Amino acid sequence: MSEGARQAPRSLGDPLPEAGRVRSMVDFYLTTMRTAIASQFQYRSANYLYMIGMVAEPVIYLVVWSTIARSQGGSVDGLTPGDFAAYYIVWTLVRNMNIVFTPYGWEWRIREGQLSGQLLRPIHPLHYDLAEFAGWKFVVIVLWLPIAAILTIAFHPTLHPTGLEIGVFAVAIWGAYLIRSMNLWLLGMVSFWTTRVSALFQVYFVAELLLSGRLVPLQLMPGWVRVLANFLPFKWTFGFPIEALVGSMTPGQLFGGLGMQVVWTTAGVLLIAVVWPRAVRRYSAVGN
Amino acid sequence: MAGPVEPLRGLRLAWVFFRVGAMNELQYRINFVIEVFQSLLALGTGLVVLALVFGHTQQLNGWTQPQLLAVLGVQIMVGGIIQTFIQPNMMRLMEEVRQGTLDYALTKPEDAQVLVSVREVRIWQSADILTGLIVLIVAILRLQHGVGVWEALAFAGAVLLGVVMVYCFWLILTTGVFWVVRMDQIAELFEGVYQTGRWPVGVYPPWLRFGLTFLVPIAFAVTVPAEAITARLNLPTLLLAVGFAILLFALTRWFWKFGLRHYSGASA
Repeated sequence: MSEGARQAPRSLGDPLPEAGRVRSMVDFYLTTMRTAIASQFQYRSANYLYMIGMVAEPVIYLVVWSTIARSQGGSVDGLTPGDFAAYYIVWTLVRNMNIVFTPYGWEWRIREGQLSGQLLRPIHPLHYDLAEFAGWKFVVIVLWLPIAAILTIAFHPTLHPTGLEIGVFAVAIWGAYLIRSMNLWLLGMVSFWTTRVSALFQVYFVAELLLSGRLVPLQLMPGWVRVLANFLPFKWTFGFPIEALVGSMTPGQLFGGLGMQVVWTTAGVLLIAVVWPRAVRRYSAVGN
Repeated sequence: MAGPVEPLRGLRLAWVFFRVGAMNELQYRINFVIEVFQSLLALGTGLVVLALVFGHTQQLNGWTQPQLLAVLGVQIMVGGIIQTFIQPNMMRLMEEVRQGTLDYALTKPEDAQVLVSVREVRIWQSADILTGLIVLIVAILRLQHGVGVWEALAFAGAVLLGVVMVYCFWLILTTGVFWVVRMDQIAELFEGVYQTGRWPVGVYPPWLRFGLTFLVPIAFAVTVPAEAITARLNLPTLLLAVGFAILLFALTRWFWKFGLRHYSGASA
């Protein structure tokens, strides 16, 4: 990592190597994020089309469940149409926070030799993806605000968050981002061993859809599904951040949820630390 | 560009392209397994959603479980038709306008619109057509009143009209490429919006219902055929579908020719 320190000019001459390393890392993240913000903002119309296409999915769920709630005398399992509106509008932001480097992209990285250049750099490639997509998130959040405003006018959400809930939500969406980044990195790395990955990815995405709270709030699921969801990472990237804001969780549950996010992020980092060196050994691209 | 469109000639041309496309794809048979797998996974998800919905209610906006199963079947089936016959052609057209290679199609002695609409066939995508049909048959068997000859005929007609309208919608969008050049996100956008067809259009709020009927003709492509097969379709709706299809087709024809005049080709 001494090369890393040499590459970042601001840490030159720093008397403490460890502090210098941290500072150069922070510097690296800030610079990469700033670059990502600048470049993604250039593609704002493409970004917008993409985001509008994504709105169809929650609107469908919202309309269907609101219809059911009304036909059942105003609520389903305690959720009113207003609650569903709040859930699925917050959903749109959480969904955007959940977008990270796609596992399908690994095939391209390997086949095209994109990794060769990245491997020569002194910083772990994970940091590039994390910083790049984190920067993009700021653009996404800004672009999301008008979409949220329109959806709010159209569907009348019931939302009364406390200060604590807003605070936990603001942290939890980034926790969600980290967990999903780790998970999809791990999933994508399967591409180092086999090229027939699409079936595996799809099974993963269906499991995620059903068990994360993306399809329906988990409280509408049967009891055994809810229990299962507690032991899997999906819920902590999707249902938990949403419900932190729209639900009525106790402070204990809120901080417990953040704790689970820390656990799953750590587990992901550790697994990547174990798998990555083995994966790279199988990499044999040329060129670039 | 040739003169007026002769329907039979167009059909013969489509058949030739279909045969060539099929022979080409038959080389990659494993893709069919992958498509079937994807199709079943999507079907499984759809069934889980239906089970969840009917775990909480007896009917959705007047539609019973077997009737909504029929909607699901039609949606998967028509989606398969779009993916097999329509979307691949439109994606190719977009790419060729961007690259300037559309010249090769325009210089052929056939009607350009017919030609660009029939060149690509993705036969393995028809896995969805099969899955949708099977779901539809299961749904029909579970309907209490069964399906008569008139319902079946109305259904076939409604599907045909719906597919024509989706084709028109796609071609109008794609023709936009003569001005905008880059429309990469369109396919994803359409697939996202097409998911709304999973439910009868009546569940959506009025403004959305209007959009899903006349702007993106998903109601005509999915809900109307599903109404036909479940004996809910009334004559005015069917006539509206016929009228709107004719109108849309004429508009598409005009817009395509208008757009073509803006195509400058590329110095390929």
